[in-house]
Order: sequence, then structure tokens, then C-alpha cells
Amino acid sequence: MQAFATGGAAARLADVADVTIDAAPKADVQGPVIETEAVSRAFGGVVVLSDISLKFRPGEVHAVIGENGAGKSTLMKILAGHLQPTSGRVLIGGEPIELTGPAEAERRGIVLVHQEILLAPDLTVAQCMFLGRELTTRLGVDDRAMNAKAAAALARLGCHVPPTARVNSLSIANRQLVQIARALLTPHKAVIFDEPTASLTPVEAGALFQLIGELRQSGVAVVYISHRLEEVKAIADVVTVLRDGKWIATRPAASLQPVEMARLMVGRDLEALYPQRPAKRAGGPALSVEGFVVDGAPEAASFELRPGEILGLGGLVGAGRTELLEAVTALRKGAGRIRIGGADIAFRAPRDAMRAGVVYLTEDRKGKGLILAEPVAVNLTLAALSRFSRGFGVDRAKESAALDKAISDFDIRINDKAMLAGQLSGGNQQKLLLAKMMLLDPRIVIIDEPTRGVDVGAKQQIYQFIARLAGEGRAVIVISSEMNELIGLCHRVLVMRGGRIVGELEGADITEQNIVMRATGVSDAGAQAPDANIRDAHA
Amino acid sequence: MTDTALPQPAKARPMDWGAIAPFLALGSLAVVGVIVNTRFLSGDNLVNVITRSAFIATIAAGQTFVITAGGLDLSVGAMAAFVSGVTILFLNSGVIADPALLIAAAMGVALVLGALCGLVNGLTVTLGRIEPFIVTLGTMGIFRSLTTWLAKGGSIVIKSGDVRDTYRPAYFGELLGIPYPVYAIVGVACLGAYVLYRTAYGRHVMAVGSSEEVARYSGVNVARVRTITYVIQGLCVAVAVIFYIPRLGSTTSTTGLLWELQAITAVVIGGTRLKGGAGRVFGTIAGALILEAIGNIMVLSDFVSEYLIGAVQGAIIVIAMLGQRWLARPR
Repeated sequence: MQAFATGGAAARLADVADVTIDAAPKADVQGPVIETEAVSRAFGGVVVLSDISLKFRPGEVHAVIGENGAGKSTLMKILAGHLQPTSGRVLIGGEPIELTGPAEAERRGIVLVHQEILLAPDLTVAQCMFLGRELTTRLGVDDRAMNAKAAAALARLGCHVPPTARVNSLSIANRQLVQIARALLTPHKAVIFDEPTASLTPVEAGALFQLIGELRQSGVAVVYISHRLEEVKAIADVVTVLRDGKWIATRPAASLQPVEMARLMVGRDLEALYPQRPAKRAGGPALSVEGFVVDGAPEAASFELRPGEILGLGGLVGAGRTELLEAVTALRKGAGRIRIGGADIAFRAPRDAMRAGVVYLTEDRKGKGLILAEPVAVNLTLAALSRFSRGFGVDRAKESAALDKAISDFDIRINDKAMLAGQLSGGNQQKLLLAKMMLLDPRIVIIDEPTRGVDVGAKQQIYQFIARLAGEGRAVIVISSEMNELIGLCHRVLVMRGGRIVGELEGADITEQNIVMRATGVSDAGAQAPDANIRDAHA
Repeated sequence: MTDTALPQPAKARPMDWGAIAPFLALGSLAVVGVIVNTRFLSGDNLVNVITRSAFIATIAAGQTFVITAGGLDLSVGAMAAFVSGVTILFLNSGVIADPALLIAAAMGVALVLGALCGLVNGLTVTLGRIEPFIVTLGTMGIFRSLTTWLAKGGSIVIKSGDVRDTYRPAYFGELLGIPYPVYAIVGVACLGAYVLYRTAYGRHVMAVGSSEEVARYSGVNVARVRTITYVIQGLCVAVAVIFYIPRLGSTTSTTGLLWELQAITAVVIGGTRLKGGAGRVFGTIAGALILEAIGNIMVLSDFVSEYLIGAVQGAIIVIAMLGQRWLARPR
């Protein structure tokens, strides 16, 4: 690593924390750090990327946007050496280079921050960050130095987890930050971020944007992939849009509004993203939870859910939203009074909740929602398999008919009914998960992060499904870290902080400011006093 | 890959070599067998090979369930000895005068005891939340030791000549020229394949082995599914014992020694993923036949000492794993 030839001010050494960022003006007439020339890629005859020519310049944040399946991830993998182009070539510093693998790309200063969390859960934060490039003294690994450097690198991201903490004790957001910090320990001339904010809260994302700003200042080429168009608008200098593996446009971010980005991505005008809220229904609560204590939570939580209602649950990642509703549906430990339609009920196992008509759709689609290595049909019927049994066997014809119905009802786009769940795009996986749990015909539907990693087109459809469920008189709880989703979709929003329900907002009071104030527990200086209409949560 | 649905014929799927590989291996082994000694393909010899593989094949069919659900059962060899010992003691007790009825009752005893042994393994793994490797390593020692204790360090023999003669045809007898153990293999394999591939329970077994979390979030009772795989394993051991007892008419402390390794080998050669999620019952049977055929060919041939059977079988399991890895490589 010491032998790394620095490519000017852009390169940063392994002791990232010690390097001060020189505020030298951006190198102006420099050629691109990395560029693609007519790059195409096919998988078994299916072309997923065709004829892409892009230049990524030093000191420039270049956002690449597109729906899932547009070819963004394939392009990023080619840039980072994980995949080789079928035709065309990659140039680094103006020279054509054949990247044989990610190690080769890293050696040349091209670093990819993966979207998925790729850390060894049993190692400590510092051990993970220095895995494969441990600092040593004559006597062995130098834990003290690694811990110090890890802590310093994390601090730059506003992340203050101790470097000696085990990765499996961290929240998903903190794991993401550790992963980003780890990538930046490599000397880098170009950094590729693949949806880095998907699991971050606005505060953490803010720290990341600041870091990206510093990278740009120091002349690093930043490639940024995101579904969040507002975010792209805010931090990118240049925006490239891909659709169906083809290049659509590359424009300065200053001249491109999010609405226009969405139009270019989808190839058509999006009607309003959020559907009309279904009318409220009269009647007693569909679900009421009283004095519910989740193991490890500071206090009991109580809330009610009315039929036909879409109830939002906002808060920062780690505020205890997932934990509360997983405990209510017996997926984790907790105790309290649960009533459905006024009658007391106790769930001893997840299937008890399902039988009572309460389903929970996990935020962790890939790990807990779907078996990626199994066909779509097997995933679809897994939760409701008893309905597909005939005698002792599974009725394949009935199962196949259910798949056809799910494909048309939920607009799941698959090429082949034998496709594996893991081969679907994020949006289609989410639709499949919805279809799977709807086979149970639930009365109460809890959806955790319904549109995480989902493209704009599918997002709109998912919102419509949610509104339709409520319109049918089912009660829906949406857990979301996306403010707009809570504001655009929900009748009522509960905000959680540190394991407590700290606020309840309804109607016009559901605003970004009101949610953030309660979620963070700080009212910013300019903010007005909370509206009188906002009731405090009944503790 | 893309969101746009391309019209693509379903037939265009590549052949599933993983499923075919064990049978191809068995076929090529037969060719080798003929080259080594033309007697290999004679009807007598083939029937002999299949009959001899019956114990490992039935036990391995059960092991397929355990492994597919993400578990492992090391205790099967010792369990076979224990069940066999208790069953012979029951036969010797002579509680029923009629030998045929006594044998029928003894078969029932074997099945119940096998299921109970499996239940102990299963409940310890699921309720105790202990690694199956450790649990079954423990019960392996317990079953083996109990057998030695019951046999007082020696052997347990069927005392009554009458009973022995009545029971003998269960292993040596034939129906339509085919020995009964062959029917047992076919029966266990077909039933096993039906349960694993066609029933909701089988689907749950694969789901639990593939992703325990997804299964749990889908409302599958993971502990029950896992526990039942061990009970199935126990029943399969009992079936093997039912055909084993008439073969020698006795049990010693070395009965079923290393059967667990052969059963696991057969499962892995058969294409079942060792970390769970994908089970192949017929592949397992092919695996058991491969192990027996190797031994048989080595006995028929003159160039390799049959003392090296273990070495060859050991090499086969490693080669099978390399083959699986190669077939599963990203393309």
C-alpha cells in the first residue's frame, strides 16, 4: 500500500484521518479520472447495458440515476472491476485498462461503496475496517493504531460508535457508515457510492454529504447513485440518466429539476406520486395496543389503528419502530395488551398474528422477506401454504394460478415464471412480498419501509396498492424513514424517538418540520412552537 | 434483470447438471466396473450391490431431510446399533409366542424407538438451541455406549432359532426375483421424494434450510419443522435396522460404525447442499449406490487393495464437493 503512486492531490493515504483537506481550487482542465468508452454488457444474451460512454472528472460529483434494472449497478460494477464489459473499454487516467477484479481497481484508486452491507458481523468495527490491510507492529497486529484511525475516520462521518464494538451490535445505519469509512481508507482517486443513504436518517445523510463535499474539494471524482432525486439535485454537479441499459441524458444538475429527472428515468410523465387518501371509516379501532413493552425499550407504547386508516410511523433509524411492531406481531419479545376489533388477543408466535389477520412486511426484504434462491411461486405461497394443500400435497396448479393472479394484480414484471426471487429488481421483489402476505387476506397490514431500494415507477404503484388496501377497509401501518412518504400517504403519523412514541400528527400538521422536531427531540432555533393541535402521545 | 418483461420461452432454461451429476457418475462407474470385471454387470452382482446399499441408502434418505433443513445428524450409526440391540432384546423376551407376530411387534418397537431417538435429537437441537453437530455428537456417544452396556461388552444375539429362521427372509428373501431390501430402498426413496417435493411440509423444510429468518417471518414453525426432520431420520434408521437384524441376527458394539459418515457422504454426493436449502432424495440414493459400487468394483478388481476402500470413498466425497462448487460457479 505504501507503494501506491499518488495521482496528485486526489490520492488519500491510508491514514485518512491525518490528512488535512487542502482547499486548493478544483483542478480545472484535468482529464477524466475514469471514463467508459462504448461499454456494453450482456448476461447470457440479455443486454443490460449498451454503448455507454461517460466521463467522470476530478472534483466533480456525477450522479447516475435510473429505475431499477436501468443498468446503474452493472455500470458501477464494471467501473469497480467486479464485472468486465462485453464490448467497449474502460479508461483510467486516459489509458485503456482492463480491470481484472476489484483489487486491481482499488490499486488504481477506484473505490466502490456497496449498497449491501458487507461486513463480518462478529468482528469489531476496527477489525472490519482494516480487514485484509491490518496495521502491524513487529509483534503482530497494532490494535491501538487501528482503533484510533477507525474512530477518527468514523468521526468524520459524524458516527461515534466505539471502534471496539462488534458489528452485529450496530444499527443498520451505523453499519452503512462503517462501510463508507472503510472504503475511504483505501487511497482513492474516484469513489463510487451505490445508494449510500438508503438506510441513513437525514442527520447521518447530512454528514455524508459534507464528506462528499470534502472529497470534491480535494479533487476526487465522485460517482453517486441514488433513487432520491432531491438528494441528487442537492449534491450532484452532473446528472446522467440511464433507462433500460441505454444512455438517455447527461446534464448539469443545476439545469435539471427532480420532476424532469423522474420523467427522463421513467420515459413518461408521472402523475401525482401519491394517490388520493381513501375516506376515513366510522367504527371502533381495528387494532389497539396498550402498555406494550418491547424487551429493551425504555417505556411502554400505546396506539390505536382504525379501519381504513393509513397510520405512519416516523422517526430516525433505530428509534424502535421496527422493534415495536415486530414485537406486536410476536417476531420478537415483548408484552402488553393487544385488542383486535375490541377483543383481547395474545400472539405467542408469528403465525398466531397471521391467523388473527395481522401481517408484518419486513424492511429486510432480502434477508427476512424472500428466499432469494427459490422460485417466485415458492416465495409467493410460503406464508399461506396450507391454503394450497390438497390431501398431503401442494396443489401446483392452484399455486401457478395464484402466481398468475399476483403477477397481474401487483404488476410483478418477470420474464419467466421459473425466475428466482433474487433475480427480480427491488421494486418487483417488494411487489412479490406484498402479494405473498396478501394471500393471507389480512385485516391489518404493517409495512416496514415499503419503498426502500424501489424505483420511482414501482414506488407509485406500491403507494396505490397501499391506498387500495385502506380503501377496502383494511387498516395499514407504514413505517418509513422517508418524510415525503409519511406526508403524502398517511392519515395520521406517530413519531418515535429512543424507543418511545413522542408525538402524534394528523392532517395538515403532518409536515417535515413537525416530524423532524419530534424525531430528533430538538426544535431548531427558527422553528415555531409546536402547534396547539398536536397532541402529545399518551404514554 | 430488467423491469421490462421480455418474451422468453420457458424452455430456454439450461439443464440442471447438479441434479443429473450423481446419476452420470453412477453410469460412468458402471462402465468402469465392466471394464474391470465383466461380472460387475451380471444380474446377481447388481442385485447384491443394491441390496448391500440398503442400510446406508435408507438412513441417508432421512439424513437428506435433516441436512436440507440446515441440520446434521452424526448419531445415526450409533442409533442403528442401539435400536437394533433393543429390538433383538425384545425378540428374545418372547412376550408373543407366535414368531411372525413377535417379529411384527419388534418392527413396531424399532420404529417407535427410532422415532423417539430422533425426537430427542430434534428437541435438544431446537428447544435447547444447540448446534446439531454438538447435540448429535453427544447422542452418538450415548447410543453407542448404551449398546455396549446392553450387550455387556459383547454381542446381542437372537436366541430363538425359530425366530431367526422366520425373520431371515426379510433380508435374504425375494419377491419376483428381487430381494426385499431393494423394495425398501425404492419405497423409502419415493415416499421421501414425495414428502420433500410435493407436500407443504417438504416446502417448509427447504424454506427453513434456505433461510430460517424468511421462514420465521412467513409464520413457519421453524422448531417444529426441524424437529420433525430428526424424527424422520430416526424412522429411516429404524427401517434400516429392520432389514439389518435378519442379516446377521446379532448386534455388537461395532454395529453401524461409521455409518454416519457414509450416510452424509451419500447425501453430499447426491447433490444436496450441506448448508441446507436444497435436497435431492433420488440423488442421495444414487450416492449410496455409488459408495457400494466402488467397494464392489475394488473387490472385483485386482489392482487396488480393498483395504483402501475408505480412502477411495473419502476421495470421492471431496471430488463431489469440488464438482458441486464447479457447477455452482457464477457464469
